[in-house]
Amino acid sequence: MIGKSVLVNGQVMSREDLYVDGEVDGSIEMQEHKLTVGPNGKVQAGIKAREVVVIGSVNGNVDASDKIEIRRDARLVGDIRTARIVIEEGAYFKGSVDITRTEPAKQQAKPAAAPAPAPATAAPAAAGVDAKR
Amino acid sequence: MFKDRLKAILGTGAAGDAGVRGAPGSGAKRASNSADAPFNRQSPGLDQFFASIRDTLGLSLLDCAGASQANISFITGLGHRIYSEDVVRTLGTVFGQGEDFYGSQEKPELIEEFLTQTLTFNEGQFDGALIWDSFQFMQPALLAATIARLRVILRPNAYLLAFFHADERAVEVPSYSYRIVDYKTLQLTRRGARPAKQFFNNRALERLFQEFQSVKFFLTRDSLREVIVKR
Repeated sequence: MIGKSVLVNGQVMSREDLYVDGEVDGSIEMQEHKLTVGPNGKVQAGIKAREVVVIGSVNGNVDASDKIEIRRDARLVGDIRTARIVIEEGAYFKGSVDITRTEPAKQQAKPAAAPAPAPATAAPAAAGVDAKR
Repeated sequence: MFKDRLKAILGTGAAGDAGVRGAPGSGAKRASNSADAPFNRQSPGLDQFFASIRDTLGLSLLDCAGASQANISFITGLGHRIYSEDVVRTLGTVFGQGEDFYGSQEKPELIEEFLTQTLTFNEGQFDGALIWDSFQFMQPALLAATIARLRVILRPNAYLLAFFHADERAVEVPSYSYRIVDYKTLQLTRRGARPAKQFFNNRALERLFQEFQSVKFFLTRDSLREVIVKR
């Protein structure tokens, strides 16, 4: 967490979820994790994360591979690239939204996970037996 | 008996207006109990706007109603890119909320500031623009400059949708937030009102967009003139 009395000037790279309630001036990169900009947070940076939640203020482009949420009273000026967007009524947003379509790779993984008791390698065969029944 | 028949006919006629509630043009007649309650209305202009881009994907559209989940979801769901801009809000921040709102729109430096804040884009960047009702709160100098800038940032053959009140006697003009429900339906929520300073009839609108290819009008029953302009 970056507390509300902390000011970071430069590049932030994180391998875990991050909560920013202070000021960040530079860039934030955390490809597989979630960034939350708290109500006191002021981010003047390009952001790359899996999920971004904005409650405070962001000035910069946001690349959120999974989802971005812009809460009521939040302020975001910049271009957004994401798969899903949630924007609450009352939020201020100025910029473009580019929706990236999710790849079908996640759907292919489903059959292997479905029959839990069977060994992983036998999963497709087990699924076939179920289908015949 | 004739009276009963007449009553029945008039009753049916009133029910036929159910698709349009409130009075976006003048704000004078409202069917809603609460003046600020959202209401739906059919929009032939919106229908025409989307019909013009229906068979294309990946377009860039400018939405001047400010960011909303409804408009972002609808437009990106069609496979387009949306750029959100709240023109009415920026009018207020640049030209003020007081009595000098229209007067200060004559100042060249403020006009330039407004254009910088709202319409700083590349030439031909957009394939369409949803202007909604923001033009009717602009005085001639600002309006001309805004339309000239839009002409630059819209690519040739792009469409622009704008609404103008059609009540010549209106004292004030309400402003709404516009949320797209479907191709031809909008949800409107009143967000304020300003004194009516200009009235735009068809001829005035044709003059306003004389540099564009074509102007098409839809005069709706709720005193609103919907205009589709082709760049």
